[in-house]
Amino acid sequence: MLSTQLIYGIAGIVLFVLSLRVAFSTELFLRQVLAINVAGAGLFLTLLSVAFKGLEQPADPIPQALVLTGIVVAFSATALALALGKKLAENSPDER
Amino acid sequence: MNIGNSLPVFILLSSLIPGLIIFFLREESRRLRTILNISGALIKLFLVAMLIWGVQQEQMFETRWSLAPGLEFVLHADTLSVLFVTLSSILWLVTTIYAVGYLEGAPHRSRFFGFFSLCVTATIGIALAGNLLTFVVFYELLTLATYPLVAHRGTSDSISGAATYLKYTIVGGAILLLGVIWLQTLTGPFDFVQGGILDSLPSELHPQLKWIFVLLIVGLGVKAALVPFHGWLPKAMIAPAPVSALLHAVAVVKAGAFGIIRIVYDVYGVEFAYQLGLLTFLGIAAGFTIIYGSIRALSQDSLKKRLAYSTISQVSYIALGASILGPIATIGGVVHLVHQGIMKITLFLAAGNYAETLGVHKVSEMNGVGKRMPGTTLAFTIAALGMIGLPPIAGFVSKWYLGLGAFEADVAEWVLPVLIISSILNAAYFLPIIYRAWFKTKDGEWPQESIQAGALETRATLLWPPVFTACLALAAGVFAGSVFSPLEWAELIAIREYR
Amino acid sequence: MNDSLIWLFAAPLLASLLSVLLPRKAVLICLFAVSITLISSLIVLSTVIESGAFYYALSGWQTGLAISLYVDGLSALMLVMTAIIATAISIYATAYFHNAEQQRFYWPLWMMLLCALNVLFIAADLFNLYVGLELLGLTAVALTAIDGKPEAIRAAIRYLVVGLLGSLAFLAGVSLVYTAYGTLDIAAISEQIQVNFYSGLIVTFITIGLIIKTALFPMHFWLPMAHANAPAVVSAALSALVIKVAFYLIIRLWLELFSDFNNVGISYLFSTLGALAILWGGWNALHAQRLKLLAAYSTIAQIGFLFMALGMILLLPDGEVRNTLIGGTVILAITHGFAKSALFLAAGIIQQHAGHDRINELSGTAQRLPITTFTLTLAGVALIGLPPSGAFLGKWYLISSVVAEGLWLWVAIILIGSLLSAAYIFRLLGHAFGRIERPKRLLAIGREEVPALLLALTATLLLAFTAAPLWSILENASGVYG
Repeated sequence: MLSTQLIYGIAGIVLFVLSLRVAFSTELFLRQVLAINVAGAGLFLTLLSVAFKGLEQPADPIPQALVLTGIVVAFSATALALALGKKLAENSPDER
Repeated sequence: MNIGNSLPVFILLSSLIPGLIIFFLREESRRLRTILNISGALIKLFLVAMLIWGVQQEQMFETRWSLAPGLEFVLHADTLSVLFVTLSSILWLVTTIYAVGYLEGAPHRSRFFGFFSLCVTATIGIALAGNLLTFVVFYELLTLATYPLVAHRGTSDSISGAATYLKYTIVGGAILLLGVIWLQTLTGPFDFVQGGILDSLPSELHPQLKWIFVLLIVGLGVKAALVPFHGWLPKAMIAPAPVSALLHAVAVVKAGAFGIIRIVYDVYGVEFAYQLGLLTFLGIAAGFTIIYGSIRALSQDSLKKRLAYSTISQVSYIALGASILGPIATIGGVVHLVHQGIMKITLFLAAGNYAETLGVHKVSEMNGVGKRMPGTTLAFTIAALGMIGLPPIAGFVSKWYLGLGAFEADVAEWVLPVLIISSILNAAYFLPIIYRAWFKTKDGEWPQESIQAGALETRATLLWPPVFTACLALAAGVFAGSVFSPLEWAELIAIREYR
Repeated sequence: MNDSLIWLFAAPLLASLLSVLLPRKAVLICLFAVSITLISSLIVLSTVIESGAFYYALSGWQTGLAISLYVDGLSALMLVMTAIIATAISIYATAYFHNAEQQRFYWPLWMMLLCALNVLFIAADLFNLYVGLELLGLTAVALTAIDGKPEAIRAAIRYLVVGLLGSLAFLAGVSLVYTAYGTLDIAAISEQIQVNFYSGLIVTFITIGLIIKTALFPMHFWLPMAHANAPAVVSAALSALVIKVAFYLIIRLWLELFSDFNNVGISYLFSTLGALAILWGGWNALHAQRLKLLAAYSTIAQIGFLFMALGMILLLPDGEVRNTLIGGTVILAITHGFAKSALFLAAGIIQQHAGHDRINELSGTAQRLPITTFTLTLAGVALIGLPPSGAFLGKWYLISSVVAEGLWLWVAIILIGSLLSAAYIFRLLGHAFGRIERPKRLLAIGREEVPALLLALTATLLLAFTAAPLWSILENASGVYG
């Protein structure tokens, strides 16, 4: 009954919600970063599921473009976050 | 560019531009600074003379600048503006000369004279304001310009006195602003019109108009030192004498009183205000302040504090005049704006002389000071007697008209006792000073004789200003019937108001 | 002439890249780019005044396919404000950095920030907005951490995490829009948008994302540390511009795209949050011990005023009063931009001279820097909303509309908030009076003090007297009026 598209879509949303919950509830910096990343991944998943137009037609390019951009942005943001975290850990080793 | 239209702007600029330049002068440029100050004051007087002549001919002087939709900046000269502008300009010249002498050798003179000029600019702006928005703008500017003057000495007392001053005036300004904005939501933008415009509003709005009046009077009453908003004034006595003189005679307190007059006569209209019962409210507040101020003055040993409470009391005569319906009372209140200014400035300048020359700050130290400083003390005496209401000095004229106006308006039952009691109290706190000064001999040395008696009892720049203003006070009373007196001008205002 | 629109973001972008390649020429390149941006913004503004709002499709592709840009009166005004403030900050920055390494990183990042700001003002579709917001967020975070101090890094990390959460919310909204309406072009969406649960979700997500970025109460907690610990030259941009663009987006979206979702509850929500921000920010600013912390809390309070105004705008029916208030809100936002940047720049000068920014110990420094103290005074006057500042006009309209609606609690809060501002500003200025002689030379560091002073003079005086055309610009050339 459930089409693949719907499964992907819902999975994305579930991922998003769960990760957000973790992001809010955790104290550890690294965990926050990872949770935000996974939440983003969930959004991308949902977005991609919208791109599916059936097996005959090519998929909608726009959501794919959005997701690609989003991945790049998430990547840079994660890199920045990790760099900051590393710098902080160097300067004050008691932080996590 | 029509010269008639721009005259108000030029009068403002004549103190604004020297003030701005003075800020950037080096401390040592005494001569340049003095030249700028004095020439600015003289130019201003000249322009004001042109203004007086023009307004008497019913010429129009107006400058308008649109700030935003519905918010117009208007400078307008009518008879009431001219009264206040003239007073401010003459007394500014006098106080500037005095301040040059008083602050000789003191630090931060460029900053002082810069803000001094800004203060006068703001006062002139208040006088020339043609609508409530412009009035409020200059009213707040006055607060900003006077704060550094009060805090000038930089001691912790000065800073805390200035902080108190600021607290009161900023809150008062906020209340005033609220009243003004509220009023304009009901009426839309409008200019000051002699006779007021609010009587044309529908009667459902009358309750709101009453609340607005209360807000406006409270907001203005802070600067005008109506009780219970007067608390800042004694504390602001920490400022140097020229500042106290300016604040009390010309700028701050007068601005509040001037604002009250504007509200009653040119916004509400005195007859409409009477109909709403607002004049009673104002009258009670004024009467209470008159008595309270005088009572507190009795117990002050510090000369400047005694004068401060005297100001609180005396300025409310103006509000009292505004609260009595009828042209004669109006004349009394309006002319007291000028008379009280001249007399009070004399008193403060004299007090400054005592402090600067002999280190005398307290009444109890003033025994025999008349022998040492006869000129100053003579000026002090004339002004004090005028405050009490002795003819033929100016103060008598104002009180006479107030009393007469009270009779005319049928409120004599409570106004006359207020006048009589306050005059008695004035005598009670002024006469002892005069007695001590002339008739007692000094016991011991002066606290700190910084200026030795030479040909003159003190520096010329300190002596002549109070003597000059004392003569003015005398002249305003003696020649009150002549064409050039403040009284004549006040009559002109009243005529145009009740037309 | 329309090409000047491109230079608005192309110039800083190129400058940023070139600054990485040629670090020794970075200052020159960037100053040049900033001037181009300034000139372009003025050209754009005059185009809009003459011929009204316009669309511009990049590279001439047809609409639907192309990345389209949109400028109207409101965006043009914001662009000019940004350009002028950016010029002042850039000139200041040439004298600010003493550390070569920090300087090497500052210029590319700052140019990227400027590029992002301009993109956000002229983007015409939601995805461009998303990209712009991300760029803005990342560069802002990097700039916050640029001096490497532990407090700065901690603040930057928090800023980053919170910012990312905001972006996620925004992205979620954007994704929902695409799934519901199949397009991301704002104009196209506004034709199709319907009020239903799904679109309500969209509105909620996007608004939450933007609220986080503009630090409205209760999403404000990241701002004090970030703005207080960043270098002053960065904080100036953060408080004056970065926060402002998020507010601009909220106004833009709620007055145009989301206008059908407007109801009394929403307007009260904005006003209430604004009121809480005013009180919380003002109270904390009054008790702040450090100058930059005071300025940061002041920003939170000022944003509160802006949101209270927005709430009132949403409450009022279409008409003259509403339009006047919209203009009043814009002038309030613009004045705050100038005043807050001036305040932070001045704080930076003081901090460099005194070695610290603890308010109670600044008396000597304040007296030795008369021009800077004067700048602080002017900026303070504008922040309080006293005349003759542009903010006075804005507050007049705000109070006027609140009084006309009879919302006396809001009136009280606005007045109390303004009095709180007066209290903390004058507490600051009280330290400027003392017994130290005035220095012989009034200007200590020209390149730092003059830009700050000019910004402050704009906020107080210039804007007050020249703001009148703003309303006609908004009226003739803008979509925000009803």
